Amino acid sequence: MKNDTKVAGKKTLKKRLRRFLPMYIMALPGLIYLFINNYMPLPGLVLAFKKFNAKKGIFGSDFIGLKNFEPLFKTKDAFVITRNTILYNLAFIVINTILAVFVAIMLAEMTSKLKKTYQCLILLPFMISMVIVSYLVFGFFSNDNGFVNNTILKWLGKDPVQWYMEKKYWPYIIVFVNAWKVTGYNCIIYLSAILGIDRGIYESAAIDGCSKWRQITKITIPLLKPTIIMMTLLAIGRIFYSDFGLFYQVPMNQGALFKVTNTIDTYVYRGLVQDGNYGISSAAGLYQSLVGFILILAANLSVKKIEPESALF
Amino acid sequence: MRSDKKFQIFSHAVLILFSLLALLPMILMFTSSLTDNNELIATGYTYFPKKWSLYAYEYIFSTGNSVVHAYGISVLLTFAGTALALTITTLLAYAISKKDMPGRKVITFLIVFSMLFNGGLVPTYIIYTNLLGIKNSFWALLIPGLLMNGFNVMLMKSYFVSSIPEEILDAAYIDGASETRTFLSVVIPLSKPILATIALFAGIAYWNDWMNGYIYLTKRTDLYSVQNLLNRMMQNIQFLSQSSSNVQNANVGLSAIPMASVRMAMAVVGILPIIIIYPFVQKYFVKGITLGGVKG
Repeated sequence: MKNDTKVAGKKTLKKRLRRFLPMYIMALPGLIYLFINNYMPLPGLVLAFKKFNAKKGIFGSDFIGLKNFEPLFKTKDAFVITRNTILYNLAFIVINTILAVFVAIMLAEMTSKLKKTYQCLILLPFMISMVIVSYLVFGFFSNDNGFVNNTILKWLGKDPVQWYMEKKYWPYIIVFVNAWKVTGYNCIIYLSAILGIDRGIYESAAIDGCSKWRQITKITIPLLKPTIIMMTLLAIGRIFYSDFGLFYQVPMNQGALFKVTNTIDTYVYRGLVQDGNYGISSAAGLYQSLVGFILILAANLSVKKIEPESALF
Repeated sequence: MRSDKKFQIFSHAVLILFSLLALLPMILMFTSSLTDNNELIATGYTYFPKKWSLYAYEYIFSTGNSVVHAYGISVLLTFAGTALALTITTLLAYAISKKDMPGRKVITFLIVFSMLFNGGLVPTYIIYTNLLGIKNSFWALLIPGLLMNGFNVMLMKSYFVSSIPEEILDAAYIDGASETRTFLSVVIPLSKPILATIALFAGIAYWNDWMNGYIYLTKRTDLYSVQNLLNRMMQNIQFLSQSSSNVQNANVGLSAIPMASVRMAMAVVGILPIIIIYPFVQKYFVKGITLGGVKG
């Protein structure tokens, strides 16, 4: 009896495999790419514990234990890049969420046809490459030709500022540029959540004499809470990662600004390309991959507890 | 009702402010590119130039073979990349949308895991450079990172699962259509919106990418895309005149280059394709973001 079902199972599996053979062939190019781009580099993580020698290759290089981590953790480097990455991300989470929810509510309540135009314009910065963004920022903050030095500060009767040399301004500039770029994107997500709210609730509230302002604070925002929590948790999961372009291109890789613009991603890049120091670079990279992974898992676990449907996996 | 009207006025005011904030930097770039260079040196980038000039654009297109060339590279890269990315992503997403397929869970896990954990820059760089040897070739612009990503695959898979009625697929199967046939003549025509969205995501990613060229094109500056050229130019305005193969202008010194306005004109040229197609494709973009929802 047992044997019979086993044989039948084998047969159907064979049948299913044959039926789905075209599916496997279809999946193949994607899987090959996934293998090359995402899985082949993984063993290379051991490089963090080795002294890389191009001739010997990743696995032939000599094992040196934790030596690569020493310059990271014995100096302030690891502390500074981790602090910058996390603090910027926290600022982004708070400011971008407030702006996106605010704009989404305004858009949702808008009855005019201009709604689409507004949405279109506010999303536009999201489509632009960071290289172009660095030009736009340069247009405002260039020492010689910038709009701020030549027009705004002149109006105010103030002396020009060497923006690309003064690190105290950059946290604000970076947070502003980031908000400028992503508000349009985030507000679409909140907007679709608002549009999913039953309009009947608003209608009965309006009949009861509830003002628009009260409708927003008492209906829209409470009902948006789950979406806000999800978005925040997922952002916390990515808190160890930064937009390389934002921190590298926008401040134009200016040494004077490193203290406030160096994040884990720019540190890894500079280590690899500018200093050719594979060891420290891969040590910092492994540190980011591991802690980042733990954070994403933790964030996803919390999402799963609150709202299983929104979980990534 | 009265408060309603007030509220509408308020929200118009807010949204106009945000729209202006989004646009103003780009307008400054545009007006600056059309300002006479001497005025720029005297009064800086401005919204209201007193003296307009097309000289920056003339300069770019007369001396800048490198600009036209980079444009060609960017266009080729964007079309090739989008076509390849769309094909690979669609095929894989459709395969894992099949519930009965043996091994589906393993494949899905491999895709999701790739979104959570990666080797990072250094090992990836070594694989592409030392093992696959694509450094300083067109492949370096096309392949690393951009060809397929887990997010797009999962987005498409959930579209296949939720928006293509199972009855249609079952009917095709009962009628004796092969999986390939069903895919081509039933699934693809029903999936136009998601295909447009993914093509758009991929196209914009390729057009805007500067990282691959920046990392892998150390010697072959002739393969620079528009973004790479812009990037390089920001670092060194000289590059534009050096890389130009137009010998006629070889005697034009650095001082003669209208630096301030040319910079901005180059950026306008780089942004132009996005601005032109944006109004037409924006709809699909919004749809894609909405579909991805919080997972984006």
